[in-house]
Amino acid sequence: MIGSGPADSGAIPPVAIGRRSRILPAPEDRRGIVIAIVSTVVVFSVLGYAIVSSDGWPRVQQSFFDPETFDESLPRVTAAFWVNVQLFLLAEVLVLVLGLVLAVLRSLPGAALAPIRLLATAYVDLFRALPGILVVSMLGFGIPALDIEGVPNDEFFWALVALTLLYSAYVSEVYRAGIDSVHPSQAAAARSLGLSQLQAMRFVVLPQAVRRVVPPLLNDFIGLQKDTALVSVLGVVEVFRAAQIRQAATFNNTPYVITAVIFILLTIPMARLVDWLVRREQRRASAVAR
Amino acid sequence: MTTALGSALRIEGLHKSFGRLEVLRGIDLDVAEHEVVCLIGASGSGKSTLLRCINLLEPIDAGRIEVAGRDITARGVAVDRIRRGIGIVFQSFNLFPHLRVLDNITLAPRKVLGTPRADAEDAGRSLLRRFGLEEKSLDYPDRLSGGQQQRVAIVRALAMQPDLLLLDEITSALDPELVAEVLDVVRELATGGMTMVIATHEMGFARDVADRVCFLDGGRILEQGPPAQLLTEPSEARTRQFLQRVIAAGRL
Repeated sequence: MIGSGPADSGAIPPVAIGRRSRILPAPEDRRGIVIAIVSTVVVFSVLGYAIVSSDGWPRVQQSFFDPETFDESLPRVTAAFWVNVQLFLLAEVLVLVLGLVLAVLRSLPGAALAPIRLLATAYVDLFRALPGILVVSMLGFGIPALDIEGVPNDEFFWALVALTLLYSAYVSEVYRAGIDSVHPSQAAAARSLGLSQLQAMRFVVLPQAVRRVVPPLLNDFIGLQKDTALVSVLGVVEVFRAAQIRQAATFNNTPYVITAVIFILLTIPMARLVDWLVRREQRRASAVAR
Repeated sequence: MTTALGSALRIEGLHKSFGRLEVLRGIDLDVAEHEVVCLIGASGSGKSTLLRCINLLEPIDAGRIEVAGRDITARGVAVDRIRRGIGIVFQSFNLFPHLRVLDNITLAPRKVLGTPRADAEDAGRSLLRRFGLEEKSLDYPDRLSGGQQQRVAIVRALAMQPDLLLLDEITSALDPELVAEVLDVVRELATGGMTMVIATHEMGFARDVADRVCFLDGGRILEQGPPAQLLTEPSEARTRQFLQRVIAAGRL
């Protein structure tokens, strides 16, 4: 693709859009790109100058970008992020399983299973309706307060439960969209060979469905990873709570900036991965439909 | 005709509606073992629905269907068990796109019959060899031509060793030059004594391969008989009309 200049396009006129490189722009586009770059630089320079030359800038700089506070807080805030990592890794595994179970339950036909479908639907509706911070607070404060024997009252445990319940509802909808996108003739072909309802789901429908929903699934995981900060309300010392503690100790907001940078460093590579997967899926789909 | 043989399929008074549209309005049909019956008729006459009912992919409204003497429409019958003995091949192939050709074929024997993978693959390979597809066994379906895909679909149905094979317009989605390779497979199966019910628009093929041709019209079997008689001197006016249109379209 790269370097497919006029030399190897031979007699083909240079409007062969499909063969154009994604990295090197065609000559007729270069002017537009120069304009775009120049205007971007100008806009951000003006914006940057306006901020830096404002009356409040020295105070903001001291409050949000203080090198001393940065050096002091970085180790503790970063260490607290390990709690977020544990939380979202565990939650992601649980969400993948619970979301799939919910989606399959909702996709099963038959009158006898109507109550199960209804329950699964009610669950998904409920947890998609509630703000995350409410679920975290109600579970994290409410259930330990019941003081039931054998029920853990560890904040981390209930934070994990809350995030799992919350995101399973979203993820089950993603799975269900994938299941619905597999043409019914696939299930019919499987059933006609003697496979049971569940076998057709397990061996024919789900493998195709899951492959298609990996990108939207990862998108939900980006949301989940950011929402680990919600569990700070329970007093779990995760990255945001650690930043709050440092902020209170230093009267300086630099720890928040550290936290922001950590989340950005985590999320942006994942967003790029999602984009790449979407493009790959599109290429595959167009290759099959060729 | 072939009365000395056992009955492979017996349908009595079969009715089927989709909502308010009555698609099958009292079908009676007997198919003997090793018999090949072709269903012809215009689109919407009920051919495909009839085949889907026989395979229990569509619940029926009234009537009964017996396969090898067993009522498969009775209450509480084990649907999955019955389907093992009835193969169906669809117009649109419906191969599993995420599985290689050999896995498409061995999935049902392995998961439904519990055949060990090695045995199922041996059987699958020898079926593929028989139909000239052996070198495709490790390809994914989208790498195959339409004709090859449909032959794989037939092999997939055969891998369950069905007593009865239903073919639902299996050449309708194919480019004309790919039709022959698929019909050759069906001819070979007919020679081998496979009991088949075939919905088709290929009248020339029906004439060659069928022991009996049934003309469906408005959800009923209007007329049936040996192909030589039904396709050349039908007794019903509607059959004549249909065949004239087919001849005009150049398909006989």
